[in-house]
Amino acid sequence: MSKPEFVYTTYIETSADRLWQALTDGDFTERYWFGHRVTSDWKVGSPYKFEKQGAPSIEGKVIASEPFKRLAYSWDSCSPEAQRESTSRVTFDLEPRGKTVKLTVTHDELDERGVTLRNISGGWPMVLSSLKSLLETGQVLMIDPPTVACKEKADA
Amino acid sequence: MATMDEVFKALADASRRSLLDRLHASNGQSLNELCDGLAMTRQAVTKHLAILEAANLVTTFRHGREKLHYLNPVPIHQIGERWIRKFERGKLAALSELKRQLEKRDE
Repeated sequence: MSKPEFVYTTYIETSADRLWQALTDGDFTERYWFGHRVTSDWKVGSPYKFEKQGAPSIEGKVIASEPFKRLAYSWDSCSPEAQRESTSRVTFDLEPRGKTVKLTVTHDELDERGVTLRNISGGWPMVLSSLKSLLETGQVLMIDPPTVACKEKADA
Repeated sequence: MATMDEVFKALADASRRSLLDRLHASNGQSLNELCDGLAMTRQAVTKHLAILEAANLVTTFRHGREKLHYLNPVPIHQIGERWIRKFERGKLAALSELKRQLEKRDE
């Protein structure tokens, strides 16, 4: 096994079951993962996919699924420019620590020259901050880039 | 759990920021790799890494027999969300109010 390219951690004031639900329930992911909705039966070997407004964004297979402890899946970006990259892997480890849960996200087996590496290196901190905010305050972070917000207002 | 005070204290030191810069340039380094070419003793690097880890700015990962250090930008992102985004929101609100006022005058 090569060493992982990214290891992110965050401490979230929540329970392991709520955090598990937030990672596996499309109603939750749609809110903090910038509109990306996940679906799967979360059995090892089953497919899963993320969709945004009906268009597939990420897909793969469930590699590990130990409720409230560990979730891992293969990661294939559906964007056209990422098609020729090798499949990478994402692992979520949940460890209760007092009133919080330590969430560690490990992303490995990435293509070093690929677009996926560029996309996720900015993406995970945003997703994790938004997830933390949703579970702790019930609010997600405002994620519309200013240009989009201005355009929407102008169109309105 | 890392508090925002710990994050700021950890960042308020040039040696620790240079360690973060080294991890940003090449993520997932062992203590030996991080010490290499630094004008700091191994003990000093260990101490700084412990402070960075306590602030959750560095995450460690066991890879075989090695302990690897990773830059964890999540707390820095949260600082950005807490203040910078607020200013952006303010600017957007001001701009849309300006637009509304200017367009109203044309009516």
